[in-house]
Amino acid sequence: MSHTISTQALRKDFGENTAVSNLTLEVGRGEVFGFLGPNGAGKTTAVKMLLGLISPTAGSAKVLGAPLGDHHARAKIGFLPEHFRFHDWLSSVEFLRLHGNLYQMPAQLLDRRVAELLELVGLENHTNKKLRTFSKGMMQRIGLAQALLNKPDLVFLDEPTSGLDPVGRRLVRDIIHDLSEEGTTVFLNSHLLSEVEITCDRVAFIRQGEVLTTNSLKNLVEGELTVEIRARNVTPSVLEELSRWGENIRLDGEHLSLTLSSEADMPQVIRHLVENGIDVYAVKPQQLSLEDLFIQVVGTEGGL
Amino acid sequence: MTILVIARLTFREAARRKILLAALLLGLLYLAIYGVGFYFVNQDISNSQFGPGLLELNQIRNFLFMAGMYVVNFLTVAIAVLTSVDTLSGEITSGTIHTLVSKPLQRWQIVVGKWLGFAGMLSLYLLLMAGGTVLLVYLISGYTAPNIMRGLGLLWMNAILLLGVSLAGGAVLSTLANGVLVFGMFGIAFVGGWIEQIGSFIQNQTAIDVGIISSLLIPSEALWKRAAFEMQSPLVSTLGFSPFTASSMPSLVMVIYGMIYAILALLLAIRLFNKRDL
Repeated sequence: MSHTISTQALRKDFGENTAVSNLTLEVGRGEVFGFLGPNGAGKTTAVKMLLGLISPTAGSAKVLGAPLGDHHARAKIGFLPEHFRFHDWLSSVEFLRLHGNLYQMPAQLLDRRVAELLELVGLENHTNKKLRTFSKGMMQRIGLAQALLNKPDLVFLDEPTSGLDPVGRRLVRDIIHDLSEEGTTVFLNSHLLSEVEITCDRVAFIRQGEVLTTNSLKNLVEGELTVEIRARNVTPSVLEELSRWGENIRLDGEHLSLTLSSEADMPQVIRHLVENGIDVYAVKPQQLSLEDLFIQVVGTEGGL
Repeated sequence: MTILVIARLTFREAARRKILLAALLLGLLYLAIYGVGFYFVNQDISNSQFGPGLLELNQIRNFLFMAGMYVVNFLTVAIAVLTSVDTLSGEITSGTIHTLVSKPLQRWQIVVGKWLGFAGMLSLYLLLMAGGTVLLVYLISGYTAPNIMRGLGLLWMNAILLLGVSLAGGAVLSTLANGVLVFGMFGIAFVGGWIEQIGSFIQNQTAIDVGIISSLLIPSEALWKRAAFEMQSPLVSTLGFSPFTASSMPSLVMVIYGMIYAILALLLAIRLFNKRDL
């Protein structure tokens, strides 16, 4: 299978500081890939290397089959930078036309696309407004439109929702969903974990410029989970038998908790308790959230 | 053509700046003052009873014309530097460069596009100011200085040369550092030029050498001196000294050096910007 992005031991030093130390990852075609890590972990530096904005100190990578910095490949790439600063003396239409011209889009196609995108990001009523007068959220929306002008095969979104209100966030989520339906690969840099949890197929955790682990979010959902049970009359023998399905079994008054290796075991646990005459009042599965996983993998330091 | 897209963007961005507006207003103010001043001086010397002959009249007119061109040269150079000094460094700092560089174009196209945009704007400004001066002098007195096109070409080269230096500096330095660098170099050339002028007048070889070395460092003053030499009346050059004319006229080799310098400055800007992490 050919990968949209594949990197081998990418490294970037700025003087004595290492921003990215050993980045090896693969992103498949059509995947929505989340790139997670604390602030300063090297996420933006990694994206900039993949876009050819900065050149790596060592290592190699291919993006859309082309080596880093290949300007032809960029014809099929869209990019929303983290600090979306644009030529703010342009109106939204002028701004999109400028960037469409840089993609060398034919005039008619460009006009159509500009109108389409302004509607998509909900700025169709602000076509002649100067970007200078835009709010942060509007800037982000127009930046997103800019990143999609060329119907890219690969889109880099660096913190696309950080300036948006809940409505804007949902919009971005929907756009990402549509992109992935159309087979576009989305590379999402974010520290807003709930966003990533909803939108991404796969996530990589990065710390100090190194990928710690890559997880499919499907595994996360289907993986182990902790169950909190409120029950009375729990006897030691019943408790002991629970170890057949789970571990970390704890009983604290009425509160019983245990970790199951899979959700599929849950009915058996409940049946076991009930059949042994135990009064069960509540069963609450505590799914491991992305945030829990993040803390587990990356640790609580960082973000400095 | 992606280069032209960038050139157009640069031209529009430069044109909407307050610096250019100020330069235009100052330029128009200069033309107005110059026209009025020239009119009265010309009237006075032409009507003088024991007045000078046509030859001497034209000396004075040429002298006044050169004074005007001196101002035009200075204004154009100042605009060249002030408008372009932050075009790369500023876009790098603000991050607007990120969306440009990530498009399917090569970095040299951005530099050349910017260069073209500024060069276009400078050409128009120079044409307006120098053309205005030439026209005023002609309309008021009927006098035209010799070799005006050659002189204008050299003034244009001067502005383009400083534009290249300012782009090259902006590819690696912060806006402030770049401004200090370019104006500093311009200042050195200016002072060096005068030392050479005086050295040549009192025939001091060391002073002349100092001037030549500073011209090699940046030949902007030399280009102005050559332009002034081209446009001065032949009599002034044989008689010798006026503040605007050079007793040691920069050679043709220096002009060619200036041309190569301007091209190398642009190539250096491209090279530095290519290597820069953004």
